[in-house]
Amino acid sequence: MPKRLLLLLPLLLSACDAATPAPPARLGHAVTEQEIAAWNIDVSPGNGGLPPGRGTVAEGRKVYANACAACHGEKGDDGPAPKLRGGRGSLASAKPLTTVGSYWPYAETLFDYVRRAMPFDRPGSLSDDQVYAVTAYLLRINDILAEDAELDATRLPRIRMPNRDGFVPDPRDASHL
Amino acid sequence: MTSRRKLLGFGLTGFGGLVAGRAGAAGEFPPEPERAPGLPVLSPAYGQPSPRVAAIQRKSWSNPPLEQASSLTPLGDLYGALTPNGLFYERHHSGVPDIDPERHRLVIHGAVRRPVAFSLEDLLRLPSVSRLHFLECTGNSGSELVKPTRETVQGTHGLLSCAEWTGVPLSILLDEAGLLPSGKWLLAEGADAGRMTRSVPIEKALDDAIVAYGQNGEPLRPEQGFPMRLFLPGWGGNLSVKWLRRLKVAAEPFYTREETSKYTDLMADGSARIFTWAMDAKSVITRPSGGQTLGGGPGPYQISGVAWSGRGRITTVEISTDGGQSWRKAPLQEPVLSKCLTRFSLPWEWSGGPAILQSRAIDETGYRQPTREALIAARGAHGAYHNNSIQSWRVDPSGKVTNIHA
Repeated sequence: MPKRLLLLLPLLLSACDAATPAPPARLGHAVTEQEIAAWNIDVSPGNGGLPPGRGTVAEGRKVYANACAACHGEKGDDGPAPKLRGGRGSLASAKPLTTVGSYWPYAETLFDYVRRAMPFDRPGSLSDDQVYAVTAYLLRINDILAEDAELDATRLPRIRMPNRDGFVPDPRDASHL
Repeated sequence: MTSRRKLLGFGLTGFGGLVAGRAGAAGEFPPEPERAPGLPVLSPAYGQPSPRVAAIQRKSWSNPPLEQASSLTPLGDLYGALTPNGLFYERHHSGVPDIDPERHRLVIHGAVRRPVAFSLEDLLRLPSVSRLHFLECTGNSGSELVKPTRETVQGTHGLLSCAEWTGVPLSILLDEAGLLPSGKWLLAEGADAGRMTRSVPIEKALDDAIVAYGQNGEPLRPEQGFPMRLFLPGWGGNLSVKWLRRLKVAAEPFYTREETSKYTDLMADGSARIFTWAMDAKSVITRPSGGQTLGGGPGPYQISGVAWSGRGRITTVEISTDGGQSWRKAPLQEPVLSKCLTRFSLPWEWSGGPAILQSRAIDETGYRQPTREALIAARGAHGAYHNNSIQSWRVDPSGKVTNIHA
């Protein structure tokens, strides 16, 4: 390809973009992803979103004691708020216990929920490092991570939660019950 | 003091309260009307129910942590199909935020050509629809699956209400933002402290979803999402995210806490159903119902209640007064609308003997409201969600009505 044409390529590509313009703005205020970065906090297994940062089990133990234990109990299953540990193997029993360890299918969900909604009385008050750390700690007390584990945006998505395959699609359209 | 006692009596035995007028007609006549002028207009400027029915209130049955807080609609004291805004059931996960509508924005971003923020004023300039739909918490009647727990229909079925919702079809807003073909799911996020989130498949978003700002003709109440909420007709209440502030379009579902840890249906074998959105056909008799009394003795009564389906219109409601041995069709009150409460009413001559009252609904898909036994056989008894089984009320010879499992 002649060198001149190569130089033109970016221009040609942007011309293609221009050929399918965004619809004319009629109502609402156009925003950029940069402008709404502070709102764009969701983290999920399929769509990503984990922020920079890191945290260890040991750091998470301190975060938990300060921010979580008052409601979830010192051990994670002895407070007024939902139990966070235990219940492995109980789901098919007469007394199932659904916790982070026994029930939650994805570690991303734990990170997302802690970051957006916890601690209950001051959600959003933990730093991303603290959220990584307390996530690591909660997985530790459920025997999913080792005592020396550390989590970040690379390591967290590799965690396979015990009940990862425990969920089935809704059959009611066909089966009614 | 007398009026205070009467007032409480109506709340506790609403059915008997109505019958009291009949007993009075045999003897004493109502008093003469007042001879002095009554209150002026604007007493008060925003009208309130008569103080004589002040006992008709939402109730919360326990004092749970705020994260699990809900209040129940007094279905046994209401008429027709619509729920007054002040009696609409509540379920909040981080309390009710106080939002300035002028500063509130709804952002639509992600897999769209033009990320955009809408103010309430913007929404008011777009085409609107007003539609009558019920809203039912997925956990409604969850306490009743294994054994009868709550005394009244407010307790057993009160996480159910119905309103006219006014707002902009979500399809219009997504069109404004320019939906990209990769966009298969929405994350709906609220502006409450816990920033409630649920995933919504794009098919529902483009079908009948509404971003609602009006409820029964007035702005949404704070506890219903003021100034704007998502409304997904026929689907579990938690999906209709209140105080809606963000819709992110993406390729995959988000597996939020509220659709994995909660609002999933644990089966007897330990597996759990996920994304169980539609509320199946259900009905309940609201008069006579638990806690009420047929105070007038044997004679004519109306058996009345509501039926609804998250999959369309109700076609049939049948009523049994003998615990399910025989059934009669109950006339449905017009209009019979899709994904809306439908009122039914059937005349009944009470002999004075014991009776067990039940109703069962069929919707336009042919779905028939199941028994408790059928639900438990299919799913086990763990599920706190999607209990749409047939409710039984026992009438004993004294006229007292109680919640039982027949």
